[in-house]
Amino acid sequence: MKQHTVDAITAHPRYQELIRARKRFAWSLTAAILSIYYGFIFVVAFWPDWLAVPVAEGWTMTVGIPVGILVISSAFILTGVYVARANGQFDRLTKEIQEDFE
Amino acid sequence: MTRLAVWGVLAILLVPFGLAAAPALSGTVVQSGVNTTAIMMFMVFVTATLGITYWASKRTRTASDFYTAGGGISGRKNGLAIAGDYMSAASFLGISGLVFASGYDGLIYSIGFLVGWPVIMFLIAEQIRNLGKYTFSDVTSYRFGQTQIRTMAAISSLVVVAFYLIAQMVGAGKLIQLLFGLDYWMAVVSVGVLMMTYVIFGGMTATTWVQIIKAVLLLSGATFMAVAALAAFNFSPEEMFRQAVEVSPKGDAIMGPGSLLNDPINAISLGLALMFGTAGLPHILMRFFTVPNAKEARKSVFYATGFIGYFYILTFIIGFAAIVLLAQNPQFFKPEALAADGTVLKDQLISGLAGGTNMVAINLAEAVGGNLFLGFISAVAFATILAVVAGLTLAGASAISHDLYANVIARGHSNEATEIRVSRIATLVLGLVAIGLGIAFESQNVAFMVGLAFAIAASANFPVLVASIFWGKMTTRGAMIGGFAGLVSAVGLTILSKAVWGDVLGFTAINEEGVAVPVGLIPLDNPAIISIPIAFFCIWFFSVFDKSERAKTDRAAYFAQRIRCETGIGAEGAANH
Repeated sequence: MKQHTVDAITAHPRYQELIRARKRFAWSLTAAILSIYYGFIFVVAFWPDWLAVPVAEGWTMTVGIPVGILVISSAFILTGVYVARANGQFDRLTKEIQEDFE
Repeated sequence: MTRLAVWGVLAILLVPFGLAAAPALSGTVVQSGVNTTAIMMFMVFVTATLGITYWASKRTRTASDFYTAGGGISGRKNGLAIAGDYMSAASFLGISGLVFASGYDGLIYSIGFLVGWPVIMFLIAEQIRNLGKYTFSDVTSYRFGQTQIRTMAAISSLVVVAFYLIAQMVGAGKLIQLLFGLDYWMAVVSVGVLMMTYVIFGGMTATTWVQIIKAVLLLSGATFMAVAALAAFNFSPEEMFRQAVEVSPKGDAIMGPGSLLNDPINAISLGLALMFGTAGLPHILMRFFTVPNAKEARKSVFYATGFIGYFYILTFIIGFAAIVLLAQNPQFFKPEALAADGTVLKDQLISGLAGGTNMVAINLAEAVGGNLFLGFISAVAFATILAVVAGLTLAGASAISHDLYANVIARGHSNEATEIRVSRIATLVLGLVAIGLGIAFESQNVAFMVGLAFAIAASANFPVLVASIFWGKMTTRGAMIGGFAGLVSAVGLTILSKAVWGDVLGFTAINEEGVAVPVGLIPLDNPAIISIPIAFFCIWFFSVFDKSERAKTDRAAYFAQRIRCETGIGAEGAANH
C-alpha cells in the first residue's frame, strides 16, 4: 500500500468512525466476558458455598447449575451480539471505505 | 498413485484388526474384548474419510489448497470444523468422567474451555483473517523482522503441537486398546498412519471434512446419549440430581464447587491458561484462513461457540446421569467393587469402575443404547482423536514448511511446489515422531501435557498475537523477547510444578502422616498467572526502550497494517476453483 493511500484512508471519516466504534465495542464485550468468567471463578474460589445453595426449599438442584448454564449461554450470546453489529454497521462502513479506495 | 496409497492404508489398517480379533474369538479376554460392532462402524468412517481424502487429493494442487483448502469454506462449515478440531476425546471422555467423579467441578472445568471463544471473536478471528495467509505467524510477523519472529512463532507452535500431540497419541493408544481390544502400539500406529494419509494427500480439504464429519457424529451421538439418559428420569433434571446425590459416595457435595479448585490462585491460573490458550492454539488459528473473508470468519466463531457450548452441556448431563445409571449396572465394575449380592458398593462407585472414569461416557452408551450404540460411540471416540491429531499435524507441518522453510531458510524465494513438498515431508516426519513418542510415553504420566500446551499457547502465542494486532509501538525486539519469555517461563514453571517435578521426575517429600508424596518446587499447578504477565511485560519493556532502526520501520508500518486489519483492503482472497 502506498504511503499516500495509507494517509488518505487513515484520515477518512468513515474509517475513523469504524475503528473507533469497533474498538469500543470489541473491548467492551471482551471486558464483559472477562467479568462474567472471572466473577464466576472468584465465587468458586472464595465463596463456593454460594453456589451450593439449593435453588428453592426442598430442591436438590443448586444455584450453581443455572449459573453455570448462564455462563455458557452468555459466551454464545455475546458472540451473537458481536456478529449482529459487525454484519450490519461495521460491514457497511467497511464497504464504503473499500468503494472509495479500491 | 493416490488411489493405490489410499487402498494400501486401508489394507494396513485392516491387518491389526484382523489379528486382534483372533484371540478374542478363541476366548481370551482383552480388557473389554474386541468390539466387532465398533470396528465395523469405525471401518465405515475410515472408508468414507479415505474416499474424501482421495477426492481432496485431486483438488490439492496449490499451497493455498494444501494449507487452507483454497480459502473457500463457508462460515457454518468452518464453525463445525473448528468444533471438530477443538472437542477432543479428552474433553468428551475426560469431562464426563470428571462430572461423574466430582459433579459440579466438571462443569467449572468445561466452562474454562468455552470462554476463550468470545475472546477469539472480539479480538482475533477477523483480524487474523484479514492479515494472514496460511499460519498465524503471517500475522505476528506482518510488519516485523520475518526471520526472527517466524522462527520464534514456529518454535512455540511446534512445542504446543508436540505436547498436545503426545497427549492425544497416548490417550488414543489407551482408549483404542480398551475399546477395540487392539494392542497399544497398533492403536498408536493406526492413528498415526491415518492422520498422515489425510494430511499428506488431502491437506486442509481432507482435514476439514474429517473434522466436520466427526463434529456431526460426536454431537449427534452425545445428544442421543443425553436424551436417552434424561428419559430414565422422565426428563426431569431435578430427579436426576436427587438420585445422583443419593447414589454418589460424595453425597450432596457433588452439587457445588468441590476440592478440585479450592485453591484460588490455581483456579485463576488455570482459568487464564484455558481462556487465552484457546486463542493461541496454532491448529485453531489456522482454521480462520480457510474462510473467504472476515464476515465468514466471525460466523465461524459464532457457530463454533454454539456447538462447543452445547457439547459441554451434554457432557454435564451425561456425567451426572452416569452416576445413577452406571450404579445400576454392576457389569461395568471390577469384581472387588461389588457387594455379596452383586450390587455396586457405594464407596467403590468411582474407584471401582473398570477402565477408570475415562470410560464413563462409553459405559453409559452401552447402558442406554445397547451394544450397537456402544459400537457407535467407540467409533466416534476414535474419529474424534483422528480429527484432532490431523489438525495438529497440519498446523505443525505448516509451521515447518511455510514459516521455517519458505520464509526463514529460503527467505521467501521458494516456489510453491517445493513448499508443498516440504509440508508433506514435514507431515510424514511429524507423524513418525508422534508415533514414536506415543509409544515411548505409554507408561508415562502425560496428564500435564494438555495443560502445558494451553499454558504455552496463552503465554507465548497469544500475547505476541494481540500486541501485534493492537499495539502499534511493539517492535521486532519486543515481540521476540516477549514471545520467548512466555515460552520459557511457561515450560520452566511447569517443570517445577508438582505434575512434572513430583509426578514425572519423582521428587517426593514426607507429609504429616510420614508418607512420601510427590511435590513441586513451587505450589502452582498451571504457570499462566505468572508466565502471561511476564510475556506482556517483556513485550512492553523491550519495545518501549527499543531505539534501533528496525524499531522505527516496525512502528511506521502499523498504520498500513491496521487499515488492512480493519477493512480487509489488500487481504488474501479465496482461490478460484
